[in-house]
Amino acid sequence: MQGNTACAEGALAAGCRFFGGYPITPSTEVAEHMALKLPKTGGVFIQMEDEIASIAAVIGASWTGMRAMTATSGPGFSLMMENLGFAVMTETPCVVVNIQRGGPSTGQPTMAAQGDMLQCRFGSHGDYSAIALSPASVQEMYDLTAEAFNLADRFRIPVFVMADEIIGHMREKLVVPDTVLRVDRKPLQKGNLPFRADDDLVPGFPTFGKGYGVHVTGLTHDERGYPCATSPSVHEDLVKRLVDKVESARDAIASCDIVNPEAQVVFISYGAPSRAVQQVLHDTRRDDVGHLRLKLVWPFAESLLSRFPDAETFIIPELNLGQISREIERHTDRTVIPVPKLGGALHDPSDLAGLLEEVA
Amino acid sequence: MTYEDWFREDRLPHIYCVGCGNGTVINCTLSAVDQMGWNKEETVFVSGIGCSSRAPGYIVTDSLHTTHGRAIAFATGIKMANPDLKVIVFTGDGDLAAIGGNHFIHGCRRNIDLTVVCMNNMIYGMTGGQGSPTTPPGALSTTTPYGSREAAFDLCGLAAAAGANYVARYTSYHVTELTRAVRAGLESPGFSFIEALVQCPTNYGRRNKFRQVLDQIEYFKSHALLVQKANRMREEGKKIPDDMIIIGELARRNRPALGVRK
Repeated sequence: MQGNTACAEGALAAGCRFFGGYPITPSTEVAEHMALKLPKTGGVFIQMEDEIASIAAVIGASWTGMRAMTATSGPGFSLMMENLGFAVMTETPCVVVNIQRGGPSTGQPTMAAQGDMLQCRFGSHGDYSAIALSPASVQEMYDLTAEAFNLADRFRIPVFVMADEIIGHMREKLVVPDTVLRVDRKPLQKGNLPFRADDDLVPGFPTFGKGYGVHVTGLTHDERGYPCATSPSVHEDLVKRLVDKVESARDAIASCDIVNPEAQVVFISYGAPSRAVQQVLHDTRRDDVGHLRLKLVWPFAESLLSRFPDAETFIIPELNLGQISREIERHTDRTVIPVPKLGGALHDPSDLAGLLEEVA
Repeated sequence: MTYEDWFREDRLPHIYCVGCGNGTVINCTLSAVDQMGWNKEETVFVSGIGCSSRAPGYIVTDSLHTTHGRAIAFATGIKMANPDLKVIVFTGDGDLAAIGGNHFIHGCRRNIDLTVVCMNNMIYGMTGGQGSPTTPPGALSTTTPYGSREAAFDLCGLAAAAGANYVARYTSYHVTELTRAVRAGLESPGFSFIEALVQCPTNYGRRNKFRQVLDQIEYFKSHALLVQKANRMREEGKKIPDDMIIIGELARRNRPALGVRK
């Protein structure tokens, strides 16, 4: 099965019943598969007039209690930024799949890149935190997309599946699990204020049409949901909570594969470059070379670095100019070697093996 | 119930200026909703950004106050996901016709079952009086200090051409007619568009020779021309002055609607 199709199947298995989207290479197969399958499951597929409208419709659908998603690539992702901030501010669960391609601008529509890793974290205005997953196989396109809905519901935020053209268009064997673990958003208890958070810093969800009579606004709001845009303390408390509900859970939700934790030299990767690293480890068969493969990139859990206590060097191949390398550099005093690559082709395993020889 | 039962009293006082026409439109809309006998639980108000878009915050139902220009797109998601909900959009001329123009025409094309009420004050009120797509030629605003040199949008013409099932225009002077038009829009499946011209004494009136609130309402009264009469005048070869406001039902048809429970 193709990665993009597996992504759509994972969403359907997770109970996604609304897709609003706009065609864009190399993500379109996700929308096409949802257009084919959603009507048969009682769900809704709608092709909107642009990506701004797509994410808007997804957010609207989510307020009716549906699991909702969209899929896009760089230019469409840029257009979604303002409404993604609205989803953060209004605590709207939704899933956004970005099959990354080469940018800036129209760039390389049919070639892979990981150039939106910082945009998904910082692209909308104001302070916030984000959750981003990065599949490295067709299987993970299915598994991580399904998991994205659980994270979106649990934290009430947009969750990003940051794949790339290589993984999206790759064809591999997919093992469809009998059941997919589903953890839905918790409902607002009647009588509670709609934006007063529980101990987990997340308020219960007041689904539209259930008699809550909730006002939802992108303006800074108090716990009643009422606009309160000029109080410094209300704004500070709200934004800090929106950040803390995610950041305080970053160790708890960290998801990765670890190989050779006693290694001195450790590759760190996410998404497609992981495949090149796996080939290097397979070919060299060295016990002193480790691999930290991030399935969940944001929020970055720096504690994962200490899982390699003997590491002297981190080598980080990325299909960008070092976007996640920067994040890792600020969390470690060990040597960090970014291996940036642009143009759309994956790192050649023999080049990575050569680099490994130079380092150790 | 009366329309007053739909207000969120703990949000008062509201933000609207003295003499603002938006309150009239909100009252007319809620009266129409109340006449329909709809429950608060099944009714959802959606809006974008601007003075008009603050209205849902004063209404007791579920409501979504969204980003600038995008209310119809958000409302489309709500209505498609749950066709049992009655979805009403409050918007303004800048929100609807400038930044949100694309969503407006596509909402009409889809004929999605929404009722969109536009408070057209011909100005950006909340940001302090800048020219909008419906600012009349020659009118003064902070960004047209020498008079607007652009043509104004005919919002109803746009909606009708793009495929909306129900289209009507009135003003804040025409309270009874406006209420009746909103009700007709609520009753009509598919996309209903009701444009209400409103006075904005703070940012439009005082720059455009409407010294008193009533001056602009008087202007609406004296310049309103019922569409049937306008059509008759055209048939008779009479010229309709450019500054006349054509009011009435401008489209009523029954194209297949989207977002209606089958």
